[in-house]
Amino acid sequence: MTETSVPEVSIRTGQRNRQVAIASQWQLTWWSFKKHKLATVSLWVVGLMYFISLFCEFIAPDNPSKPNRRSVYQPPQMIHFIDKVDGSTRIRPYVYKMNRIRDPETLRISYERSGDKIYLKLFGEGPKYEFWGLWETKIHLLATENPREKFFLFGADRLGRDMFSRVMYGTRISMSIGLVGVAISLVLGILLGGLSGFYGGRVDVVIQRLIEFVLSLPTIPIWLALAASLPPSWPIYQQYFVITLIVSMVGWTELGRVVRGRFLAMKNDDFVVAARLDGVSEARVIFRHMLPSLTSHIIASLTLAIPLMILAETGLSFLGLGLQPPAISWGVLLKEAQNIISISQAPWLFIPGGAVVIAVLAFNFLGDGMRDAADPYGH
Amino acid sequence: MIWRYILKRVFWMVPFLFAVSIVAFLLIQAPPGDFLTTYMAKLGESNEVLDQATIDNLRQRFGLDQPIYVQYFKWISRLIVGDFGMSFEWRQPVSDLVWERMGLTLCLSFATLLFTWAVAFPIGVYSAVRKYSIGDYIATTIGFIGIATPNFLLALILMYIGVVYFGSDVGGLFSPEFKNAAWSWAKVWDLMKHLWLPVVVLGTSATASLIRIMRANLLDELNKPYVDTARAKGLSEFWLIMKYPVRVALNPFISTIGWVLPNLVSGAVVTAIVLSLPTAGPLMLQALLSQDMFLAGAFVLLLSSLTVVGMLISDILLVLLDPRVKYD
Repeated sequence: MTETSVPEVSIRTGQRNRQVAIASQWQLTWWSFKKHKLATVSLWVVGLMYFISLFCEFIAPDNPSKPNRRSVYQPPQMIHFIDKVDGSTRIRPYVYKMNRIRDPETLRISYERSGDKIYLKLFGEGPKYEFWGLWETKIHLLATENPREKFFLFGADRLGRDMFSRVMYGTRISMSIGLVGVAISLVLGILLGGLSGFYGGRVDVVIQRLIEFVLSLPTIPIWLALAASLPPSWPIYQQYFVITLIVSMVGWTELGRVVRGRFLAMKNDDFVVAARLDGVSEARVIFRHMLPSLTSHIIASLTLAIPLMILAETGLSFLGLGLQPPAISWGVLLKEAQNIISISQAPWLFIPGGAVVIAVLAFNFLGDGMRDAADPYGH
Repeated sequence: MIWRYILKRVFWMVPFLFAVSIVAFLLIQAPPGDFLTTYMAKLGESNEVLDQATIDNLRQRFGLDQPIYVQYFKWISRLIVGDFGMSFEWRQPVSDLVWERMGLTLCLSFATLLFTWAVAFPIGVYSAVRKYSIGDYIATTIGFIGIATPNFLLALILMYIGVVYFGSDVGGLFSPEFKNAAWSWAKVWDLMKHLWLPVVVLGTSATASLIRIMRANLLDELNKPYVDTARAKGLSEFWLIMKYPVRVALNPFISTIGWVLPNLVSGAVVTAIVLSLPTAGPLMLQALLSQDMFLAGAFVLLLSSLTVVGMLISDILLVLLDPRVKYD
């Protein structure tokens, strides 16, 4: 048994070796990335979240800003799939209807599950929306069969707005702030880190001191002061842009350090020296020869910078200095949970916090996996 | 030699602090209008009106009609002698308002740092020595969640648990009867009883990253030949690990003062707002929101200076404790 299996294995590894020998760097990186189970799962999670941000109008069953007087603080409803009617069993998604009860003495509203079912269907009709501003449609991923009824997977907030829809819309803003912020830090980090590592000497000293300075500042007081100077009357997109800018001011330092270290190490590598001796211009040496071999490291650092920005935006909005309400982000949603009375009455207001934790964890694992995979020749 | 290094580092502080003061000043200058317009608006709310002479007088005193560098110079030169200006909202000198709160902030940050070390050290060592054991996995998982959970969310969840399951409000740093009392041992004891919650909230993420660092560093050291040598000579496993590799792996603990402190001070601001602690955070937020600029500026400046000083301390300690770190 062992005698037959050994050559088989060696043939396989032989093939593998041949594959490895001719594989591109990206191929190698991908193979070594796939070995990290957690990172691969995180890639799916992050992908799903960006999918949600692209299609949030379609995924959200309701308009996130529309108050519903009749469902204030309604608790979450579970989706059930197995429907038993008159002894026959079918698979059909439904939720139980909640009845509103007002305590006659305290006038407090509470909800009680009734036996009535609200049937749901895929691609059903809900409130009208504009799909990417292109065309109007009523089709939602999940909708009640009777358009007059509503269901609340994550419960409802103090105005009876559907938390599930709000979290979905919040995903769009929170996740994209991370991306846009990272794009800004990318430019700053590569520019300053590259200058620092490429020229060395006095430029390096100055930029290193600058990075140390930025790192030594306590970020939140500075952000607060910056954000407080924004007029709250600004339109949402303007707020969004400025908040992103503020948030990205920390992200670049780490990237700058990575780029600098790599540039310093690579400056005297044979291929760079060869290019320079060939009379290639400095810009071309940097962009054509040095930066491409950094790409994977840069992508890894960027991935690790995104969660910092998501956390930053969440913190600022939570304090009321970031995005302002009609805008919906996870931080804005969590602001509703600031009040201990409202969360003890409606603990489902914490759900956006769960979204933050999942996103940050996923980005961290993804970034760790990418960092390990970024150097496929390393091990 | 070492004194020269310390002197040099202290000397480096001057441009850093100078830069910090410029940043703080620019930040408080950023909002539209100046202190005086805000002040007059404040007075207007309570139907007080300033006559033109007083306005001109104030304007001149704060140098508001002069270019911005003159204003900065006036601000900083008064600041050096300890005059932080007036708080418009509280109608009190800023220095009366900030010191007690800064003291509590410092106390909270220091307690959190100690907590972070006390927790991260044994867990980090354990995770490295018993790599891939159940305990290691648990520590790693908790560590990751600790990093991913924003401070304020953790604070909210603990408050929620406190209110719903224990029926007590866990916010604040003092019981009501001590809030305005003079300092005494009983008050200090009361502070201790309240301090643990913000310390845990604040310390979790720093603890989590320290555990990861400690584990990674110790793992690098554990495979080195000197460890084998010591083991071959018959040293007990506990002393062996404590005496050599742990000491080498300890460096980042010291250098963390530098980066943990900015994070702590930052985190303390948000956490304090959620838990309504009488530290710098809530007052600063209020000052920023009401554009009480001297007060806000004093806080931004003091908090930033705190972290810059922390960086200095950690650099000096590192050189003192590790002869391999070159001081030039």
